[in-house]
Amino acid sequence: MGDILQLVLKRLGLGLITLLVISFLIFFAVELLPGDIAQAVLGQAATPETVAALREKMGLDQPALVRYFQWLGGAVTGDFGTSLISGERVSEAISDRFINTLFLATYAAVIAVPISIILGVIVALLRNTIFDRVANVVTLTSISSPEFFLGYILILYLAVKTQYFPAIASLSSDMSFGELLHRTFLPALTLVLVVTAHMMRMTRAAIINLLASPYIEMARLKGVPPWKVIVKHALPNAWAPIINVVALNLAYLITGVVLVEVVFVYPGIGQLLVDAVSKRDFPIVQACCLIFAATFILLNLAADVGAILTNPRLRHPK
Amino acid sequence: MNSFVIGYYALLIGASCLAAYFKQRQIFLLIFSLTLVSFVTGIVGGVPALRFITIAAGLLALAAGVSYAFREFLIIITPEGVAKELRTAPLTAAFGMFVIFTYAIAGIFAPVIAPFGEAEVISSAFAPADENMLLGADQLGRDMFSRIIYGARNSVGLALTATGLAFILGAFAGLMAATKGGWFDQLMGRVADVIMSVPSLIFALLMLSIFGTSLVVIVIIVALIYSPRVFRLTRAVAGNVVVMDYIEAAKLRGEGNWYLIRKEILPNSTAPLVAEFGLEFCFVFLLIAGLSFLGLGIQPPTADWGSMVRENATLISFGELTPLIPAAAIALLTVAVNFVVDWMLFRSSGLKEV
Amino acid sequence: MVPKKDVLLEIKELRIEGYSDEQWIEIVHGVDLTLHKGEVLGLIGESGAGKSTIGLAAMGFARDGCRISGGSIDFDGMELTTTPESDLRALRGSRIAYVAQSAAASFNPAHRIIDQHTEAPIQYRIQKRVEAQEDAMELYHRLRLPNPDEIGFRYPHQVSGGQLQRAMTAMAMACRPDLIIFDEPTTALDVTTQIEVLAAIRDIVDQFNTAAIYITHDLAVVAQMADTIKVLLKGNEVEEAPTEQMLDSPTEDYTKSLWAVRSFKRPQKQRPTGSDAVPIVSVKGVDAAYGKVKVLDDVSFDIFAGMTVAVVGESGSGKSTTARCITGLLPPTKGEIQFHGQALPPRYQDRSKDQLRQAQMIYQMADTALNPKIRISEIIGRPAQFYGGLHGAELKNRVDELLDLIELDPAKFYSRYPPELSGGQKQRVGIARALAAEPSFIICDEVTSALDQLVAEGILKLLDKLQQDLNLAYMFITHDLATVRSIADEVVVMQKGKVVEQGPKDEMFKPPHHPYTDLLLSSVPEMDPNWLTTLLEERGTDSIGEAASV
Repeated sequence: MGDILQLVLKRLGLGLITLLVISFLIFFAVELLPGDIAQAVLGQAATPETVAALREKMGLDQPALVRYFQWLGGAVTGDFGTSLISGERVSEAISDRFINTLFLATYAAVIAVPISIILGVIVALLRNTIFDRVANVVTLTSISSPEFFLGYILILYLAVKTQYFPAIASLSSDMSFGELLHRTFLPALTLVLVVTAHMMRMTRAAIINLLASPYIEMARLKGVPPWKVIVKHALPNAWAPIINVVALNLAYLITGVVLVEVVFVYPGIGQLLVDAVSKRDFPIVQACCLIFAATFILLNLAADVGAILTNPRLRHPK
Repeated sequence: MNSFVIGYYALLIGASCLAAYFKQRQIFLLIFSLTLVSFVTGIVGGVPALRFITIAAGLLALAAGVSYAFREFLIIITPEGVAKELRTAPLTAAFGMFVIFTYAIAGIFAPVIAPFGEAEVISSAFAPADENMLLGADQLGRDMFSRIIYGARNSVGLALTATGLAFILGAFAGLMAATKGGWFDQLMGRVADVIMSVPSLIFALLMLSIFGTSLVVIVIIVALIYSPRVFRLTRAVAGNVVVMDYIEAAKLRGEGNWYLIRKEILPNSTAPLVAEFGLEFCFVFLLIAGLSFLGLGIQPPTADWGSMVRENATLISFGELTPLIPAAAIALLTVAVNFVVDWMLFRSSGLKEV
Repeated sequence: MVPKKDVLLEIKELRIEGYSDEQWIEIVHGVDLTLHKGEVLGLIGESGAGKSTIGLAAMGFARDGCRISGGSIDFDGMELTTTPESDLRALRGSRIAYVAQSAAASFNPAHRIIDQHTEAPIQYRIQKRVEAQEDAMELYHRLRLPNPDEIGFRYPHQVSGGQLQRAMTAMAMACRPDLIIFDEPTTALDVTTQIEVLAAIRDIVDQFNTAAIYITHDLAVVAQMADTIKVLLKGNEVEEAPTEQMLDSPTEDYTKSLWAVRSFKRPQKQRPTGSDAVPIVSVKGVDAAYGKVKVLDDVSFDIFAGMTVAVVGESGSGKSTTARCITGLLPPTKGEIQFHGQALPPRYQDRSKDQLRQAQMIYQMADTALNPKIRISEIIGRPAQFYGGLHGAELKNRVDELLDLIELDPAKFYSRYPPELSGGQKQRVGIARALAAEPSFIICDEVTSALDQLVAEGILKLLDKLQQDLNLAYMFITHDLATVRSIADEVVVMQKGKVVEQGPKDEMFKPPHHPYTDLLLSSVPEMDPNWLTTLLEERGTDSIGEAASV
């Protein structure tokens, strides 16, 4: 087991370093602004006095490296400073919305992951039949469509024309869980459509790749029935690729969620980020970017660790 | 039960019986499962749902017909070698080529085709379609159709530029890394890892918030975001070539890196790189469309599909299709490119998948 | 004539098609095959002869992208071409079993060896799990696997290649089938390991009186294993006869040519004597390592002009690494490479153009040695242009001259691309590219091992002729002692990164040997059908068991 532990620790360490580098990039990207933040926020018309005052207030007179470590220290404890526009604490603006976004992503993932893995395996088994080709065309079309296209089609047909679901996913704290699921169904469905297509294709590819292995042919030549070939011979070796596919797509959800939140006016962190970008509210932009990037890195990390843990060659070292 | 429904099921069941009789197992399964699906959708959605399926099937048949004709057309006009390749193209790929061809024409001859200028206000806001305006007017009273045509030039042109730049950066770095190896390879690999460990849209938003939303900034940022993907692929493809004995032979002959890249590595890496260019274009195109949709991409009054969706989005709540048209234009092109790429990838992988 | 009731498998007019370039192409053209109970049939042929395809068809199985398009396969009264898949499946593993070429890839990495072994018996309800496991251990005993009671509980990657191949044979035996298909079971193994596996397979097939189809491209191997030999060529049968008769008096020209292949032998040359004789290349006390793993330990030998030094050893012995040190791809950690008595810079990047020109290389795989996107004229012309500064008509003449030298028609081959050439032609182009630099020394790295025997013979003759004409020095890396016999002047035997013995060829093939040389020499299968039996008697079966556990 020593080898595995070492590999996992190494991977974790690498993830941590990447995260640090990213935080460094996110912080110092803002430093690249012509002039500085204070100037950028107040605009060219601002008098030198007001700029100086803001500079003082934001602590810009300290060296960048010092401010970076202050910011990073704050970020680790959940404190991202205050918004430049509203003066609100960034952590307060983010916390509820972050939970909403997580909810939406989880909602989509819970539906998408089982469906797409099962469909992916089925399509792999039916490869080169007409169903496989149809599935190929449908999934290709789905991944080629921008999220907002799918979102608006769903709104048009499932909300405006038929009134099955609300077009706008507004939330309130006194909703029942069932109502919450109903209200957020369309954004979740949009994400499901995009992610399922991706996941199905990748699962199919992974399974087909596996079915070409000599040991699968050997199993068939031993007279093992087809379902057992899949369950006993392919599946134990398929965990690593499947975990990888799932993690990659959950990571993909993070990007998709931003556009979907805007389409459905969903009060999540993605919407907040887009607003902050257009208002150039840098503390919020930095905080949101760091959160998104961290989630992304963590998911990739989980995929790698999962792949290491399920690799039979590593689990049973020589 | 009206005659349409009866005819609908009679046709489907008749076709499945015929397929079964002639032992066309796959076609039978397809038609029969469509029949079963129709039972369910018919009960849930009523006649309109069945009409929808019929229209969709008709459209598919039309698209198939157009693709078939276009493929035959291409086979006739291209020289022997290319024509032979084209004969192996599935209808989806032919459809993709047809769409790309149409878009190219629309983009290149936009001023000739479009009846009005892209920023020309010709009627009241959201005016409905008439004989002047094929698709009606947008939120400022500009002709929707003309703006869609100009959009082909602006949106696709921008995406192509960004993809091209990403490709030059990524492919060059990838080839150098594969040829030189050592610390340079390591360093580039790490840089690519870092850039790719931030979701692309998030990275773009961060950069745009800092540098503003000018066209140059968008192209550079998008190229930077996607060049690591090209780098990785080029590195992998070239990496497979570099281990070949003929590269070793050339190295031992004393050839320089430039010769190795130009004569030995590049000619053996083109097929996957061309396919990757298509894929990369789709990513870039979707990212820029997304940014425009968020109001952070191409700025008005320039016609751009992503921003057009955003500007006309309110019409959706009145049950209008108009905002979906530019979105569909984006989707259609991406689908088309993906179809062609899918075929190319299948070809370059040979029969591995069979 | 054997009575009809003893016939186990009868294949008639078997036709198989493969799918490529969007169409079905016939790859087996009506082959007949009859196998009696307890008989071992050797299927022999070069690559592309359709041996494996026929072997699999005997199980009613066609790989993806292949289909049985005609003929009949009668297994013990059952017509396999019309039997439904579920019944075929019940046959596989129970009455017909399969042993694949690469055991390492054919065992599922996720399960213990013994669990894969007992899968079939449990599935067919022949044995309960415990019984099946005991039976597996019994078979492991019989196949002389080390620690037979324990080895099955390991995972495939924890066991060596030769042992895995025997475990797979045991697995095939699990249900005591009537027929086993052996598909090149020893091709991926080193010669010394091969012996153990061959002996084990032969014994167990004998003990259970199992019929077998033994597929291989190696004549000497099939001579040890088979009662009857059938020769195939490009999907057609050439001839079939009992082993002894086939070896003694083949009737068809193709078979005769196969048998005659190793007849080529050129006279052995002696080193120049005298104090002024300086070797072209001398390897002096070279150590080398990949990272921290030491792969060469104090390797020294000399190569003189016009002479061929064969470096032999099994995989991992360091022969190719030595070549990498000489060419400068892997700088030695100790010692040096001398060229005409002068030390060469260790890294190829630091060597002068002339130093690079003097030493050329010919590779094992002609497919990867020639850039598929460059015309033959440019592949051959580039060194002449690069070193000799030739241009235009001069360059073209030189390329024509080189093509003549390697016996390819310039008019036909000048502007072709490598994928349009056959394996042997590609290898010739590889030789021409080396010659174009006008070298004094050429490293030949397993140049014939990827080629069919007849073609290989042609290449060896060509290399010999070129050596006479141009007074070239060759370093011949090979694991094939037949090649050594035909072309070498001196032999260097390597094992685990060390030179264990070296000297003139005639001395090397005469006892007394170093023990490793002895093992290597005696392990090379000979065309005598009694060779394996005699050898095993000489060595004693126990020593095989010991060798197996190494």
